[in-house]
Amino acid sequence: MDFSNFLLMRHEILLLAILLLLIVGEIFIHKNKKSSIVHLAIFLFGIHTIVGFFAMDEGVLFGTMFKTNNLIHFFKNVLNVGVLILLLQSADWLQEKMVQQQRGTEFFILLFSSLLGMYFMISSGDFLMFYLGLELSTLPVAALAAYETSKRKSSEAGIKLILSAALASGISLFGISMLYATSGSIYFNDIVNTITANYLTILGFVLFFTGLAFKISLVPFHFWTADVYEGAPISVASYLSVISKGAAVFILMILLFTVLKPLMHIWENILYVVALATMFTGNLFALRQQNMKRFLAFSSIAQAGFILLGLITGTQLGTATIVYFVMIYIFSNLAAFGVVQAISLKTGKENMTDYEGLYRTNPNLSLVMMLALFSLAGIPPVAGFFGKFFLFTAAASKGYYLLVFLAVVNVTISLYYYLLVIRAMFLRKSDHPIPFFKNKLYMRLGLIITVIGILILGLYSPLYDYIYELSSNLN
Amino acid sequence: MDILSLFVIVPVLTILTLVFTKGLKQARLVSMIGSIIQLGMAINLLFAYFKERAVNDSLMLFTKDVVWFKQFNIHYNIGVDGISVALLLLTSIVVLAGVFISWKMKELPKEFFISLLVLSTGVYGFFISMDLFTMFVFYEIAVIPMYLLIGIWGTGPKEYSAMKLTLMLMGASAVLLVGILGIYFNSNADGGALTFNILEIAKVHIPFEAQKLFFPLTFIGFAVLGALFPFHTWSPDGHASAPTAVSMLHAGVLMKLGGYGVFRVAMFLLPQGAIDWSWFFIILSATGVIYGAFGAIKQTDLKYINAYSSVSHLGMVLFALLMLNKTAWNGAILQSLSHGFMTALFFALIGMIYGRTHTRDITKLGGLLKVIPFISAIYVIAGLASLGLPGFSGFVAEMNIFVGAFQHEETFYRVATIISVSAIVVTAVYILRVVGIMLMGTVKNNDYLNLPKATWYEKIGVLLLLIPIVGMGVAPLWLSDMILESLQPFIQGVL
Repeated sequence: MDFSNFLLMRHEILLLAILLLLIVGEIFIHKNKKSSIVHLAIFLFGIHTIVGFFAMDEGVLFGTMFKTNNLIHFFKNVLNVGVLILLLQSADWLQEKMVQQQRGTEFFILLFSSLLGMYFMISSGDFLMFYLGLELSTLPVAALAAYETSKRKSSEAGIKLILSAALASGISLFGISMLYATSGSIYFNDIVNTITANYLTILGFVLFFTGLAFKISLVPFHFWTADVYEGAPISVASYLSVISKGAAVFILMILLFTVLKPLMHIWENILYVVALATMFTGNLFALRQQNMKRFLAFSSIAQAGFILLGLITGTQLGTATIVYFVMIYIFSNLAAFGVVQAISLKTGKENMTDYEGLYRTNPNLSLVMMLALFSLAGIPPVAGFFGKFFLFTAAASKGYYLLVFLAVVNVTISLYYYLLVIRAMFLRKSDHPIPFFKNKLYMRLGLIITVIGILILGLYSPLYDYIYELSSNLN
Repeated sequence: MDILSLFVIVPVLTILTLVFTKGLKQARLVSMIGSIIQLGMAINLLFAYFKERAVNDSLMLFTKDVVWFKQFNIHYNIGVDGISVALLLLTSIVVLAGVFISWKMKELPKEFFISLLVLSTGVYGFFISMDLFTMFVFYEIAVIPMYLLIGIWGTGPKEYSAMKLTLMLMGASAVLLVGILGIYFNSNADGGALTFNILEIAKVHIPFEAQKLFFPLTFIGFAVLGALFPFHTWSPDGHASAPTAVSMLHAGVLMKLGGYGVFRVAMFLLPQGAIDWSWFFIILSATGVIYGAFGAIKQTDLKYINAYSSVSHLGMVLFALLMLNKTAWNGAILQSLSHGFMTALFFALIGMIYGRTHTRDITKLGGLLKVIPFISAIYVIAGLASLGLPGFSGFVAEMNIFVGAFQHEETFYRVATIISVSAIVVTAVYILRVVGIMLMGTVKNNDYLNLPKATWYEKIGVLLLLIPIVGMGVAPLWLSDMILESLQPFIQGVL
């Protein structure tokens, strides 16, 4: 075996190296200088992100268990950028709160393990690798959700996440076993040739779908979302809502568009119903939320419903649009979570009413939040509009006009609750507004990158063309 | 740089400059300079248009086409005809007048002018777009700043009004989105590629079934912005709560997007759908005309009176467009322009009166003609223009509309026309009622005896709007020729 083949796993190997380096660092860095581990981790991960952008070969490893192509490579880069922003945004929290408790390093180790799991999951070429990746990406996050051990809600979030995740992945595994039973293989390349739409296969598919639906928090597998987001540290909630969800959407798309393509006439209908249920549930529940984290939780459920509009197409257009939308969604949601994080860190306030009068004291943070919410709501000229418009176009290209119509009704509903936050920040005045504060360098950097992303990603069309070309790998 | 793109670039540059200004004085100065440049460009465009039109008889002039998203065949495609030139001129005048009227904006002046100019950027972009996608983008850019403008700087139940307005208009744009996608995916009916280009789609024979399905979506999507009954309810509340300049821009310019969009997109691209559905929407718009007029009679708040009057007048625009003939269409465009200047003028005057007396309730006012003669006199003139007195723009517009509408010989059209015409009488009632109660008679409140006279910036703002009203009324032919010329291809396409 030629070891140069292993370069196909460059992302995984590099991340693993960083992980090990951080463990070594934890041992050798003196107790009083532990905060330097945050700088080290961000520095290393920054290099990892940059290295990720260098071109890479396409190919398969381990007898097609592991595969990579330019689209997968691109998506790993998107995840990297997302995680990098997330690290920048959570650096202050780690330094101010966690390092004193001697618990800085674990955060990175758990987070990177989970990311490693996602790499393997989206690169998987068979169900075994897929399942390993899925588990590796979920279990560390459960530990992360319970990271603030001093808070009861955080521990509760951890338990909730681990229990529901275990149940979901168990069901998913059951489904995989049925798919194996009918097709006689766990390799995607074999399954696609032998799969036929009989009852056992359909049952297997539905059960399998559950596992990923749980990660994407599609209705009716969304119940954990709001509670976990509320209890978990904001960085972890942010990670769950963007990175974890993005990776799950991506692998679901790959599986649906390639392996399970012969079942398309089945899963179209399932996705249709799930998309509607997810959009309406997410949006209607978001209307009454007061806690910003719960608010963003339901908003991210609703966004997942919109993503399904692209999934339902099964075309190259759909692929490109989903990747594009997920990328924009990552930037927008990270910006929103970043602002919540910054405010929560300085003042401990997380409710919408606390944001009243924010513009008059902290105009920059309010503007970032406004851009993020406009992007989530799909208001031009920020990126979210383009993402949504293309998703709707993709769905309409298959003739799903009714679905598109109901989706745009949902966009209007969602605009209402996004405007509630803007109302609090801009329209309202408060006797006790959040006082002016300055963010530290990392947080500012983390927010600036997201803002640039939100402004540029939509208007700069060559990016979409690039993704579209990459998508031909899949279809 | 082509002269049309500048219409978007200049406001954007003005906004960027505004970001770095401090305080009211700098902000208003920058906005004023930006708006004056914009007005200069609009006037320049008018002359350039005449010059170009003499030698070039293509449908759109000054066109420019840049590929944007090539997978969807989305282009940044711009061009103007006589109709858009006139509406651009309207926009630039109203924006400049709005800046003058907001000369003393105290609260967050920088943010106010930025939002105002974002709105105007959207409007300019909308009028020059020849691509459905670009048009839709600008449409939404024009609508969303309204939320902040009403919500932050408004009066009364501003949060409620701002939310209602934004949600109704964005809801309408959501419906419109489905209509646009429907048009897009039928634009290859003759075997070509899918396209968002309006001129290319106009050549395609979209199947009748699709036209019937997507016409109402597209029509309603735009017409809600044009206050189509029963989707007009955002308009009175929104106008009443908005600050003066925003009411002006909104009623004067933003609502014109509705009529223009109906004409340029819904009817031009889906002509058979328009013919098939026209009876239904004629009923709605005629109801709007009458309902708005009677609504205005019952109101005592000056802004509500004008908001309902807008519902009535813009109902006439939609009504005329649905009549599907040249004269009525000409009237519809003229009415859009005339109403734009007139309503902006009304709202400017109402803002001045409110700024002095702190009430908009006409029953508490009286004898203002003696105290603030300039403002009151202009109010009378605007009122007379609104009720369609010959010599003002309103007369020319309404004359064309009803002459055109009456050309249909079927009873249905005749009856609808007669009903709508009667609204003119009602208009006279509510206008003269306001003039009588508010301006004539004795001064009811002694506090009002020493109201300050109109200031120089108020006078400039008012005169900017008054000149076109009189100009259109006295010499309507050059304008109506310019419009008629541009209507020709639509007539060939639709009728």
